[in-house]
Amino acid sequence: MFKTLKHYWKLFRRPSAYIGLGTLCMGGFIAGVIFWGGFNTAMEYTNTEQFCVGCHEMKNNVYQELLPTIHYTNRSGVRAKCSDCHVPHEWTNKIARKMQASKEVWGKIFGTINTREKFLAKRRELAEREWARLKANDSLECRNCHDFEYMDFTQQSPRARQMHSTLLASGEKTCIDCHKGIAHNLPDMHGVPIGEIDHSVLEKHIARLVQDG
Amino acid sequence: MRILLLLLALSATAAFASETLNDPAPDGIRKGGTLADETAPPPMPAVMTPAKKPARNYPEQPPTIPHTIRNYQVDKNFNQCLVCHSRQRSPDSGAPMVSITHYWTREHQPLAAVSPRRYFCQQCHVPQHNVEPVGGGNLYKNIDAIMEASLAE
Repeated sequence: MFKTLKHYWKLFRRPSAYIGLGTLCMGGFIAGVIFWGGFNTAMEYTNTEQFCVGCHEMKNNVYQELLPTIHYTNRSGVRAKCSDCHVPHEWTNKIARKMQASKEVWGKIFGTINTREKFLAKRRELAEREWARLKANDSLECRNCHDFEYMDFTQQSPRARQMHSTLLASGEKTCIDCHKGIAHNLPDMHGVPIGEIDHSVLEKHIARLVQDG
Repeated sequence: MRILLLLLALSATAAFASETLNDPAPDGIRKGGTLADETAPPPMPAVMTPAKKPARNYPEQPPTIPHTIRNYQVDKNFNQCLVCHSRQRSPDSGAPMVSITHYWTREHQPLAAVSPRRYFCQQCHVPQHNVEPVGGGNLYKNIDAIMEASLAE
């Protein structure tokens, strides 16, 4: 084993005796172009909707929920596909996200969410991960299309105008803070401080009443 | 003989059935065509978003929703409407608070949160689409109209 390795290392180190430097350089360059192009093409393929809904976990759960939403069907036909919201557009961040996504391949192989019940049970955890990701990058994927600079407040409803011109403008809040569940159904929102009121005090009180009989 | 009768009866039913399918459709909501025809549906109207609150036709009428509610999630996990219309959120959102009746039990005992029996908003509240009344129009008269008519007599 060690011997073979050593043999190849020697082969690798030894200057070429017969092939010209130019041929080697050209060959290396062409091979590089093919490799790099192939790599990026393969990566782009994993960004397509066809690839995402290739597994039943995505196709039967989250994809079905996306279908009636405005991000899938609308009057102008401009739409967002899975990767537009779930994968960063910029190359470095995209690679980082793709490496994280290798865990999803693991999940697929071992059937972490291979039934509807398992998916529903895990939905809150999965959603929280996406919320945290979007919160951390200041809703980057939203902003790839929805640019604050070009929002026309006069075209917005009074309520939207009020929120966007204050909380969003000051950077106090980011898109995902309010716009959760816009493309997929929400999990049990217990204790999540969007809209639905924090009923923890009420629930503790009820629990005590029950305890006291 | 029996078989002949049966055949006759069957063919009669068949003829009757095909005639029935080609009968002109009753002049109901969708006029024209026959029962078997599929007429072109009218274009989908838009949801009305009036700037002013529409008047209620009777005091107990659940107010209509003056905005679109496309994809609003209202289930045991989440209630999108209460994001703005709950008691706690209403001052910040500027949306009208759901009325006190929603915080009552059947026995009018006040609750701290919206009562489960009033939780599913769209059981009573709906957006109004921009459509003409169908059929012979709406024959409903509200109490004001009735009182005016009775005074005029």
